[in-house]
Parts: sequence; C-alpha cells; structure tokens
Amino acid sequence: MDNRQKEINNLKDYKYGFSTDIENIQAPKGLNEDVIKFISNIKKEPAWMLEFRLKAFERFKALKEPDWQKPKFPKIDYQDLYYYSAPKSMKDKPKSLDELDPKLLETYKKLGIPLQEQARLNGIAVDAVFDSVSVATTFKDELTKQGIIFCPISEAIQSHPELVKKYLGSVIPTSDHFFATLNSAVFTDGSFVYIPEGVRCPMELSTYFRINASNTGQFERTLIIADKGSYVSYLEGCTAPMRDENQLHAANVELIALDDAEIKYSTVQNWYPGDQDGKGGIYNFVTKRGLCKGKNSKISWTQVETGSAITWKYPSCILKGDNSVGEFYSIAITNNHQKADTGTKMIHLGKNTKSKIISKGISAGSSDMTYRGLVDISSKAKNSTNYTQCDSLLMGNKCGAHTVPYIKNKNSESNIAHEATTSKISDEQLHYCQQRGLNPEEAVGLIVNGFCKEVLQQLPMEFAVEAQKLVGISLEGSVG
Amino acid sequence: MREQLQKDFYNSIKNLSLSQKDIEIKKFCLDNFIDKGFPNKKEEDWKFSDLNQIIKNNIGELSFYNDQASTNKVDTSVFVDGLEHNKIVFINGRIEKIDFEYEKKDQIEIIDQSETINEFKNSNSLSDLNNAFTNKCFKILVKKGYQLAKPLIIYHTTNSKIWSKNINLRLNFEIDKDSSLRLIDLFNDTSEKNFLNIFYNFELKENAVLKNYKVDKFENKNIKYSFNNIDQDKNSISETFILSSGSNFSKNEINCNLNGVYASAFVNGVFSLNNDKHHEIRSIINHLTENTKSYQLIKSVLEQSSKAVYQGKIFVNSDAQKTDGYQLSKAILLNKESEFNAKPELEIYADDVKCSHGSASGSLNEDSIFYLMSRGLSYQQSRELLINGFLLDVVEKITDSEIKNLIKNLLGIKE
Repeated sequence: MDNRQKEINNLKDYKYGFSTDIENIQAPKGLNEDVIKFISNIKKEPAWMLEFRLKAFERFKALKEPDWQKPKFPKIDYQDLYYYSAPKSMKDKPKSLDELDPKLLETYKKLGIPLQEQARLNGIAVDAVFDSVSVATTFKDELTKQGIIFCPISEAIQSHPELVKKYLGSVIPTSDHFFATLNSAVFTDGSFVYIPEGVRCPMELSTYFRINASNTGQFERTLIIADKGSYVSYLEGCTAPMRDENQLHAANVELIALDDAEIKYSTVQNWYPGDQDGKGGIYNFVTKRGLCKGKNSKISWTQVETGSAITWKYPSCILKGDNSVGEFYSIAITNNHQKADTGTKMIHLGKNTKSKIISKGISAGSSDMTYRGLVDISSKAKNSTNYTQCDSLLMGNKCGAHTVPYIKNKNSESNIAHEATTSKISDEQLHYCQQRGLNPEEAVGLIVNGFCKEVLQQLPMEFAVEAQKLVGISLEGSVG
Repeated sequence: MREQLQKDFYNSIKNLSLSQKDIEIKKFCLDNFIDKGFPNKKEEDWKFSDLNQIIKNNIGELSFYNDQASTNKVDTSVFVDGLEHNKIVFINGRIEKIDFEYEKKDQIEIIDQSETINEFKNSNSLSDLNNAFTNKCFKILVKKGYQLAKPLIIYHTTNSKIWSKNINLRLNFEIDKDSSLRLIDLFNDTSEKNFLNIFYNFELKENAVLKNYKVDKFENKNIKYSFNNIDQDKNSISETFILSSGSNFSKNEINCNLNGVYASAFVNGVFSLNNDKHHEIRSIINHLTENTKSYQLIKSVLEQSSKAVYQGKIFVNSDAQKTDGYQLSKAILLNKESEFNAKPELEIYADDVKCSHGSASGSLNEDSIFYLMSRGLSYQQSRELLINGFLLDVVEKITDSEIKNLIKNLLGIKE
C-alpha cells in the first residue's frame, strides 16, 4: 500500500469521532430563566449581560422555529438539551496551560491542535472551545504587546465591558431570528477579538470548537472588531464525537469593520456528519454576519463546509460604509445523507459598494445541497456592483443540487450579474485522467479540486492543505 | 370581504342550472378562498408582489358578481387588421363570440365544460376563486393531425360598464396528436380598477405544437393575473411569449410539465414598463422525463418608478437525465426609482444534465451611447436604438413570422 492510500484509509472514517471522558459540570436540563441565570452566574457576569440574555429569552418565547429551509429535520425538543456543559477542572480557571487538565490537552493533541506554545513554529494563536467554555488561548503575550485583545468572550465581558457592551448585538440584535435569539439568550463562550487602530495582526487567529458531552447544544458567540485601518485574518475549525443522536450547534458570529479595516474570516467546518445511513450528526444552524461599518472597509468570508448532518447558514455582509467590499467564497460538499442549505446575503447600503460571491457545491450519495443567496442593492447604494457565480456538481442520480438566488436591484446606477450552472463530471475528463494512470477516485479528487480551486486559493496556507485533503475524503465512496 | 363573497356567490349561482353536487364543489372552493384570501407576501411565490395589498391600495372593495344575462355589443374596431384570424371575444368576462371561420368545422370541437372543476397541481387561492365564480367554461379540441390555417386571437375586452369587479375566466385546450395551434391573447381594456383572474389549461399530445402569445400593451388601470398550465406529451413543443406592458399590475404564471421524452418548452418575455406599474412573470418548468429541453429569455426595460419581477424555476426530476435547461433574465433600469427583482431557481435531482441560468441588471451602457452619439445620433435617438435592440433580441425568438411582425408593430420596433 502506498503512502497516499494509507493516508486515505486513515482518514476515511471520521477520525475526530472519539469522545473524551472528562467530568463535566452541567446546567440543569431544559431552557428557562433559571438556566439562563445559572449560566450568567457561573460566568460571574455583570447585570447588564444577564439583562441582555433575559431580553433575548423573552423574545425567543414568542418566536417559532422556522420551516422554510429545504432540509427538513425532526422537531428539536429545546427542553431536552443541556445548555451549559464545562469540564469540571475549568471551574477554577487554571492560570496557565500547565495547570490544564492533561486529558483536555490530550484531546486537542489528537485533534491536531497543539495548545502548548512549544508548537510556536505554527505561528497561529489558538482559542480552544470545549463544549461550553473556552479552555485555552495561546500566544497571549505576543498579541497583548500590540494591543490586540484575543480572549474568550466570557473573559472580555469582565475585562473589556465597554467594548463588549458597545458592539455585542449590534450586528445580530437580540430581536433577530429564532436560532440567533436562542444563542443570545444562552450563549456560553466563544472568542473575542479587538484589533486596535492601525494594527495589522501579525499572525492568524484561530478558534477550535469541539462538542464533547452528549445531549449538549453548543452555543458560542464570536465577536470580532477591527478598528480603523487594521487587519485581521481569523480561522475557525470544528469537530465533534460520533454519536447516534443529533446535536445542535447554534452559534452567532459578529464582525465589525470600521474605516479602512479588513477582516478575513475562514471556516473549515468538519462537524460529525452522521453515519452512512444518515444517523446522528450535528445540526449546524449558525448565524454569521459582518458589518462594514466604516468607509473603505472589507469583510471576506471563506468557508469549506464538509461536515454536519444539516448545515444551515448564510454568512452575510452589510455594506454600510461607502466604498466597502464584501466577499463570499464557499465550497459545500455533501455526501451520504448530509444536507446543506447555505449561501450568503450581500446588503448594499453605502455608495460604491462592491460584492462578490463564488459558491461551489458538490453533492454525492443521497445528499441534498442548496445555494440560497440574497443580493439587495438599496436605492441609496449608487454605483454598486455585485458579481455572483454559483456552480454545482452532481455525482449520481440520488442527490440533489439547488440554486435559489434572490436578486433585488433598486438602483439604476448599479449592476448585478449572476451566473449559475449545474453539471456532472464529464466522462471525457474522467477518461483523460484515468488514461494517465489515476484510479477513478483520484481522478474525481483531482477534478473536484480543480472545480474548487477559486475558493481554496482564498484560504490561508495551513488551512488550504487541510481543506484540499478534506475535499477528497468527503467524497470517498461516491464514485463507481 | 367574507359577506360580500357569499352574497355575490349566491347571486351568481342563482342564474345557473347547476346540479346540487356542482354547487357543493363550487361552495367548497369558495370556502377555501375565504379561508386563504388573496395571496400576500408571506407566501413565497408572492414575496415580491403582495396581491392582497395591491388590490387593497388600487381597488379597495371588490365585487364578485357579474351580470351575465345581457349581451354586450362586439366592437369590431378592436379587431386586428391585416392578419386573417379566428376569434374568441370576451367582453367584461362574458364570452360573446366564438368564430373559427377559416377552419374546417369538423376538425375543431368546442365542448361546454362549465361543470368541471379545474385542479392544478400548483394551486393558490386564486384557482379556488376562479373555480367558485367561473360559470361558463369551454374546451377547445383540435383534432388529430389538424393544423389551424390561421391563428386564433382571443380578445379580452373590458369597457367602462364595470368598475371594481373581479372577473374570472377559464379556457381549456386540447391539442391532439400531430396538430398545432397558434394563439394570441390580446388585452384591450377601457375599464378601470378591475381584477382579472384568468386560467388556461393546455393539453399537448404527441407531436403537438402550441404557440401562445400574450399581449398586454394598451394602457389601463386594471390588475391581472393569468395562469397557464401546460402538459406536454412526447415530442411536443410549446412556445410562450409574453409582452407585459399595459396594465397597472400584472402577473403571468406559466407552469409547464414536460411529461414525454423530447418535449420542449420555450418561454420568452418582455417587460416594458413606465409610471408606477408593477409586473411579474413566474415560470415553472418541470422536467419530468429524460431528453427534455427548456429555454427562457426575459428582458425588461424599466422607466420611472416601475417594478418588474421575474421568478423562474427549473425543476429536474431524478428520472430526467439529459435535460437541457436554460434561463436568462436581463434588465435595464432607466430611472433611479425603478426596481428589478429576480429569483432564478434551479432544483435538480438528476446528474447528467445541463442547466444554467444567468441574471443581470443595470443601467444603459453610457459607452454605447457615446459611440452612437459620436456618429451623429442625438442622445434620445441613441437611447431608443439601444433599447430597441435590447428588446428585439426577445421578439426575434418568435418563430411565427406573421405574428412577429404584428408584435414588432405593437412595440414600435423598426428594423
């Protein structure tokens, strides 16, 4: 067996499917004001934070679970979930990584995320979130020197309340849709990033999310603020153990770019997708929204979606500042019984705003993939342009690929162009590759990687390699 | 509205000789409509055009009762000159004339189907409204192997006798094996503030050809909804052209089921709107079996504060391998108040298909205007030339040369 084959066999099964035996502290099961107070209390939050949560909960009670999405799922019993789960050893926060539970460190090592700073060569600052709490943040000192704040959001609420208070909920208000509101009420942890004026963040910031405990929903909240003229590139990765039941993940991510600032947000989402018969897996219902608040600001979303039983998310940009730019690059791959309904919203409010959407969807097995997007150019957004391209690739006749773009143009000086195609890998292409000695699976991997190239190029180096491998692995067994 | 509906309903059925069963079916439809009301923007298909609100703002209270006892005089001046044609004339929703003078009498059959209820797979509350209040419905059957010598023009005329009324129409067509029909719907309204609700059902057998041209060109203040259901058998061809321009509000829906192999459907449309008109075309092409083809081209020119909406959907069933589906919508916005919304949708369950769509909207290209002006044309002339060229693209898709010329004349496009 050659090396590549070995590697594929290694990766074939969901290699992050182990769970770690760690003693947990959990909030009582169910969703009510007491649970919210429990979460707020255990995090020693100030009163305004609790108020924020309760306000969201009040509104949540009046909301109904939306049902317009393409992938249908059995009703979730929100009272049957744990809303807070934390490794016991985290109760009295360890001061340094040395004091961390060795089991936790072991888990992250298995996941390939070195938390100890000996992995300094990697040059990526990592914030690791385990179930409901952030367990470790690396490279803190170096970042602090530049005035960059990169810490768990629960810590930021304590140490930088003025920033959190000002920006939390300013892009995704507590009055938003069902899952976002649920998150506002019960979010447990996540990352907080603040890049001061004129600073270019010297390294990639990264968060690694892991769901470990069963019956737990993960509700993290990420808030990234790029002050005037700053730049940050942020990565997000996720895994979960293999379990028979479906687990809910409803995160909120808010990005705010002020004048001349740029935020690049990349996600490689590899939650447990369920087994071959579609049993188990994560429901990934995430709200991601970026606000280009200042002039000449830029927000760019890049996502590689290979995991989750159901993915349902639309990372969006609100282009409020004049001359601001929004970009969305996406690869979504579904296999077996996975379902994805993903896309973006580009809302043009300012003058001379530009947006670009490149979406590549690949569906195989009995899966279903939908691109759903909105481009809305308001009457004040003079001279704005949008370009959208969404291509779908189908493998086999049991899967589906759908495109549902909404295009609204209210400004005669603005231009929108939209293109979409659906096709399969042509026999000629396959034949050509096989003739040159590739086996069918390798050939498909090569062609698919070519199909996705435009998006893969957008990822930071370290991620691009991982993503490229993921693309190949996700399609294992879909040929022939 | 409930009481009004019920009162008008009993007034309408009083004059009809319906069996108890028919009355019950109609009543069932009425109750359905009362339940649902006019479609509003909460319904996905009506997201961009809230009919309930539009009727409220433009008409206010509607009355549903139409006195169908007395005949209306047919005004021959509305008839199209220079094109020999067969006629069906509707005046204020009442069939006044059916005339197939150019055809062999034994090849066309006109069947009274007033008692059957149309059931559409893709139904909304308007089909219930239509079923409840339509009291005369004919089926036109073109027999096997017969190709109509002349086109059929259906005149939809309304005059100032009616006001704030809802008019429901229904026609069924069956085009048998190897036969063909050319059909023009010509709207000619001198009335104001009425709501027209029109349902057509076409059944195309093997090798049948249907060409349907819907022309709504003359300025009027009415609100129109028109629904075409087309079922296509093996090898059949349907061509639909929509000129959407005259009414205050208009929504054309085309639901096309390609049931037989090698069936093909073409939907082409032109929006040419001004003032505060609001028009929509929604097409659903269902590719249900292999080797079927569809082609759609929609172009819009929008002036003042007008608004055009195009919702096009290509559905490909898992059996429908080798499907070829194409869809393109383009819009020119001439005024900063004008608005174009599109939702081009693909829903695909088969892998060996070729499906694509494109949509573009923007302003008139200033470089092109500069080019023309530098060659001596005025700004106005250059603009007209560009717009005409833009729209001509769609008109040229019309496969019937006689009718193509008629529509070019109506649009005022010179070659």
